[in-house]
Amino acid sequence: MKILICLGNVPDTTTKIKLVDGKPDLTNAQWVINPWDELALTRAMQLLEDSNNSVAKVDVATVGKISSEPTIRKALAIGADEAFRIDAEPTDAYFTAAQLAQVASNYDIIITGIENADYNGSSVGAMLAELLGFASVSAVSALNIEGSVVKLNREIDGGKEMLTVDTPVVLTVQKGIAIDPRIPAMRGIMMAKKKPLNVLAPVEAENLTEIIAFEMPAPKGSCKMVDPANVSQLVDLLRNEAKVI
Amino acid sequence: MNFELTEEQIMIRDAAREYAQREAIKDVLERDAKAEFPTHHVKALGELGFLGMMADPKYGGGGMDTVSYVLAIEEISKVDASLSVIMSVNNSLVVWGLEKFGTEAQKDKFLPPLCDGRQIGAFLLSEPEAGSDATHQHTTAEDKGDYYLLNGTKNWITNAHSASIYLVVAQTHPDLKHKGINAFIVDRNSPGISLGPHEDKMGMRSSDTHSVMFTDVKVPKENRIGEDGFGFSFAMKVLEGGRIGIASQALGLASGAYERALAYSKERKAFGTEIANHQAIAFKLADMAVKIENARNLCLKAAWLKDQHKPFGLYSAMAKQYAADIAMEVTTEAVQIHGGYGYVKEYHVERLMREAKLTQIYEGTSEVQKIVISRTILK
Repeated sequence: MKILICLGNVPDTTTKIKLVDGKPDLTNAQWVINPWDELALTRAMQLLEDSNNSVAKVDVATVGKISSEPTIRKALAIGADEAFRIDAEPTDAYFTAAQLAQVASNYDIIITGIENADYNGSSVGAMLAELLGFASVSAVSALNIEGSVVKLNREIDGGKEMLTVDTPVVLTVQKGIAIDPRIPAMRGIMMAKKKPLNVLAPVEAENLTEIIAFEMPAPKGSCKMVDPANVSQLVDLLRNEAKVI
Repeated sequence: MNFELTEEQIMIRDAAREYAQREAIKDVLERDAKAEFPTHHVKALGELGFLGMMADPKYGGGGMDTVSYVLAIEEISKVDASLSVIMSVNNSLVVWGLEKFGTEAQKDKFLPPLCDGRQIGAFLLSEPEAGSDATHQHTTAEDKGDYYLLNGTKNWITNAHSASIYLVVAQTHPDLKHKGINAFIVDRNSPGISLGPHEDKMGMRSSDTHSVMFTDVKVPKENRIGEDGFGFSFAMKVLEGGRIGIASQALGLASGAYERALAYSKERKAFGTEIANHQAIAFKLADMAVKIENARNLCLKAAWLKDQHKPFGLYSAMAKQYAADIAMEVTTEAVQIHGGYGYVKEYHVERLMREAKLTQIYEGTSEVQKIVISRTILK
């Protein structure tokens, strides 16, 4: 059984975003593996190391320019066997899914994080499944493989749903799939540069969405302190200024 | 001249940072309070390859360069200098000393478990009456034909309790003075070894420090390192490299305290604005940043020289002296910037200040570094 993890290359989640000329300015951002994808990779590595299943290979794929290579190299250092980089900017979900489809068709389980930490589109996984004609399961919080039986948990309102699926399948995974992302070991870092990192040309695909504008959230209003003895002032402010009563 | 780090060096730095900021931080305050050895962290760092980073992969090492080592020690030290001193002693004194000067049989036998964290090592040079002046070794190693007999006391031994392997320096031929000194690989469980009480230290409280007593301890002949009388040279050469580790630790203490002070100064308000907007604080931060950058450059230069197989002793001494001294200054200023909060343990900077003090003392005091530096430049 072969697993493919689709990796997003995203700004570190602590990056302070500024808009310059109406677009997010990411020039000083640190780029990292999308956190959900990193957890997916961690789970896949655990499965690869466990001899009670048929997982034999874990590969990674990303859509990005050469600047995304340090992130994909980290995935190889963590333990992925082989990497694919489709040499294009991931401009929208459909375009990205179409690029990933060229490598994903050979795998039994394809995993994407539930969303990318940058634009939070949450669409690539489902689109990829549709393009490949594979089954798709969303919001997976646990993945176990016994022999070649794939068992999943999904978070649903007020509880969990347990299911088994046939392969090939595309999973979008969320928190719970693994606890902490794995830190690459020295040996892995050393081996990463010898592992294959295949660069593929992008296929023709259109963008189905267009970003019209970005807007920053309104800054938090300042806090007005009211003397506890002055309840009428509080009521007045709530009624006439905040207009909530 | 190239100041760019390689992709691997960046990955190692980031891996160390991730471990420190995510794992070591969790119990660092508690371990400091209880003076508790970080057993689980040592095991994890061993599994990640941080305990034998520079050793040849054929002995289970990481095969990394000294520049990567500086980067990793700085990151761990920003959070936990007790953990980084365990790393430093194991990597640059024990593993490096054995790999550089041990026989093939010694390396095959002792290095693999020291590199992957199954065992850690300790380096036993200081004595109650021989600290900075290491030529006057009172511990004796009497040649008994097919073994040596060790007697004496060693002081201030990092990892004394937790280590499985000791590298011990002792006098075999007192008439030859320092040329009669030998170094030995000693099994910590050998009969005749006993430990003094756990030292109740000001800082680095999570690393275990004891005195070690040897009473008629038999050491097999094949455990001597190098030729008869090589021990003093061995110790000096090993310490030359060890200084890079402690210099990087001092650097990490300084940069860890600075990063905390910088963040705090942008949050804490006084007189209607963040305190970073007051020149008194902004200038302190500027001074700290310059000192840290200087210390980092010295550490990396010493490491680079070592990686190029060029003489590095002058630079490792400069790096150790400068980084240790500025670590004391920068951590003290970080406490000052935090005001009252800096004086309570929750904010970490007081601990970093306590720990910085030791970097001016161990593995050669700042004064000893100045002896090394002045003797070299006056040659």
